[in-house]
Amino acid sequence: MAFDETKTEGFKVVGTRPNRPDGIDKVTGRARFGADATAPGMLHGVIVRSPHAHARILKIDTSEAEAMKGVHAVVTRADFATGLTGENWNILENVMAGETALYDGHAVVAIAATSSLAARDAAKAIVVDYEVLPHVTDVDKAMAEGAPVIREGAADKSVPAGLHPNVVRYHESGHGDVETGFAEADLVIEDSFRTEATHQGYIEPHACLAQLGNDGRGEIWCCTQGHWNVQKVCAALLGIETSKLRVTASEIGGGFGGKTAVFIEPVALALSLKANRPVKIVMTRSECFRATGPTSSTSMDVKIGMKKDGTITAAKGVFRLQGGAFPGAPMEFTAMCAFAPYNLANVSQIGFDVMSNRPKQAAYRAPGSPMAAFAVESVIDELCEQLGLDRIETRLKNASKEGTKASFGPTWDRIGLVECLEAAKAHPHYTAPLKPGQGRGISCGFWFNHGGETAVQMALSEDGTVQLSVGTPDIGGSRASMAQMAAEELGIPYENVRTTIADTATLGYNEISHGSRVTYASGLATIEAARDTIRKLCKRAAAKWGIDEEAVSWVDGCAVPSGPNAGDFDPLPIARIAKSMGRTGGPIVGHYEATPEGAGVSFATHIVDAEVDPETGSTRVVRYTVVQDAGKAIHPTYVEGQYQGGAAQGIGWALNEEYIYGADGRLQNAGFLDYRIPVASDLPMIDTVIVEVPNPGHPYGVRGVGETSICPPLAAIANAVSAAAGVRLHELPMSPPRILAALEKQAAG
Amino acid sequence: MSQIHVTTTVNGDEVEFLCDPRETMLDVLRDRLGLTGAKEGCGTGDCGACSVTLDGRLVCSCLMLGAEAEGREIGTVEGIATDEDLHPLQKKFIEYAALQCGICTPGILVATKNLLEKNPDPTETEVRYWLAGNLCRCTGYDKIIRAVMDTAAEMRGAS
Repeated sequence: MAFDETKTEGFKVVGTRPNRPDGIDKVTGRARFGADATAPGMLHGVIVRSPHAHARILKIDTSEAEAMKGVHAVVTRADFATGLTGENWNILENVMAGETALYDGHAVVAIAATSSLAARDAAKAIVVDYEVLPHVTDVDKAMAEGAPVIREGAADKSVPAGLHPNVVRYHESGHGDVETGFAEADLVIEDSFRTEATHQGYIEPHACLAQLGNDGRGEIWCCTQGHWNVQKVCAALLGIETSKLRVTASEIGGGFGGKTAVFIEPVALALSLKANRPVKIVMTRSECFRATGPTSSTSMDVKIGMKKDGTITAAKGVFRLQGGAFPGAPMEFTAMCAFAPYNLANVSQIGFDVMSNRPKQAAYRAPGSPMAAFAVESVIDELCEQLGLDRIETRLKNASKEGTKASFGPTWDRIGLVECLEAAKAHPHYTAPLKPGQGRGISCGFWFNHGGETAVQMALSEDGTVQLSVGTPDIGGSRASMAQMAAEELGIPYENVRTTIADTATLGYNEISHGSRVTYASGLATIEAARDTIRKLCKRAAAKWGIDEEAVSWVDGCAVPSGPNAGDFDPLPIARIAKSMGRTGGPIVGHYEATPEGAGVSFATHIVDAEVDPETGSTRVVRYTVVQDAGKAIHPTYVEGQYQGGAAQGIGWALNEEYIYGADGRLQNAGFLDYRIPVASDLPMIDTVIVEVPNPGHPYGVRGVGETSICPPLAAIANAVSAAAGVRLHELPMSPPRILAALEKQAAG
Repeated sequence: MSQIHVTTTVNGDEVEFLCDPRETMLDVLRDRLGLTGAKEGCGTGDCGACSVTLDGRLVCSCLMLGAEAEGREIGTVEGIATDEDLHPLQKKFIEYAALQCGICTPGILVATKNLLEKNPDPTETEVRYWLAGNLCRCTGYDKIIRAVMDTAAEMRGAS
């Protein structure tokens, strides 16, 4: 939807930086997260997981465990619904293995006991007999001839004939003729790249408290990015009606896409049904790494042709993504994001979704996009290097803008890439002197952003404050930005709006908090609910004054007579209408429900300075600047926080983080000691520039900001390393051993 | 297995509890004393979300047994604010948006309060290294470091 009157100036609350409403709860320890809930009679559930990468489950003997003190229930796959198809079957198979364990960490059986110690002791007494099968965990090996087949018949119709059965989906898009384009180029560079799987690394492990009674009615409290999705999936997996479950989203201790998926909630429900008591399950950190979704690992080939003046004549990419033991690796996003920043006459992108014996991948902040940018922006950097071109000028020369036909089909509306590149060029960082041993890299990045099903309700309290109910879990401060937009529209103070994340029994369906959709879609719905509330407020004033509703306007939190009645009556403040609403027609509640489709895409440009220690191969990021288009920053401090957080995760992905599998197919580093995310002493301050090119699809121009910030860092850092050390790394992470190997190879000539 | 009786002090209050000999201090705080401010992010001493003080020394409560609390003094995030007011660190963390999801915040606040008690005038590098054992995945640490530095300056000015 397009808004004819996108408000771009004159804001009173939007654009300010008020304190978040959940701030005090979160600095005092009062905030209640997934693992912080208890219920009378509660049991603790523990899941027993496969130690094998691929194994037939021959027998599960729970007799000894069930005889132990405090044990109340054991569930296996037999306790879940049968006859599921499609993604519901995939999720069930992942939540609890059927005949075969498909990866190290795959759930096989679960047990509930009166304490977590009792449950863990009992879990150790469960005996599972396995027949170990051949496995594969590498993306290229998984699609090569002779690789063990994860599951026959998993491929959909998109896959061309003749490919390995582990290739389960295929994507192809583009336009023009790349061969003609390459022939026009003065220089063509083709290179191959690999990235390892990384984990979202939210500090709060998955946790839930579930109750399902013999009457078929149940409740779940859990940390999730989307509680309506939890409701829907759990009902399907348990074989009950969706409406029988009520799900409440707790405070969420980080998600980054990883908490869009369902893992433990159906297990807790099944245990609860058997024991007829509430069951709590809290994952360990090791379980998070082994059994929840990391991002895909990739193998990519990128070929780009360029003229001496910097014009890109053609671009081609092949992107192979390993998504674990189930279909769903976001290879189409990788393909579509790869060349999105550039205006290309000839472009071709191909994606492969490949299954392997690893955990089912889950979304991770702009799923699929950062890897594409790593490959594409590395090749562009190399072209600039060899042709002696300026990195930003070359990108500006080819930049997508309004009216450009995008690499994957649509024609761009108003977008802000040129503005980001110009802001990066003008930033003092871009021209600051470097010290010896340091190098500077830049990269662009792209993410779609998203709308999705959204329902919001706004209830007026008798004191004139507003109770705003939204259905999108607050994963980055969205309660504050919602309250700002409501206050802006209503003309009341920010503090007079209280935002609550409502449960599934309170609002209509709300899609998951993903796709950078919350400030856009729930924000749009909040503004529209406020407008609905204002119409109702004006109606009360009109009735009081005995004039037409159309003759009442809403100005600065007050109903005022307008048109022919202007000045006839004193303004009627919201608090006075609220005070008397019981006598003037009853409670006043505004609402809005829609599937907004005007999400505005966003682009970013990052600048990074890196220093490589030639003795240890260790790389240190010494300066970092994020430039990104927010459309409109509702709460600029929280927008900066999203920019900084995405950059930090990208730094980890580029330099340290990786899933390491042994020859036995087991994950070797399932803990924060060995899977090393950036710590405070690893990072510099992260400078931010908020570019605002309004999105015409939102009343205030919001685009969404959460994801784009992780797209450029991998390439920007690789380019900085190349500039600093003179070696170009084609594989992530650029950990010290890889850098050292590259330096040694270079020295050997 | 029989349980152990422990008498200890938590945030200035004397408390008694029974615990399994294998039970961690973190589990005792959360499950037996109802103090869920300390969080379990890893259970292996890598993330710092469970940070508490033990007789004034910063420890990971997931690496300490509940039974070890006998006769000691434990400080948790719930004890940082006074009856009347938030601690200056808590105010600055909110003002600077030094938290996004807030799961690491209790541990980081316990750790930084402990730092400022030992070193009221830390450099940025000292703050970064002191907090290297407290993982935050949301913020990139920028706003956390700024909030700590500003709090330290303000507290020096006030004392």
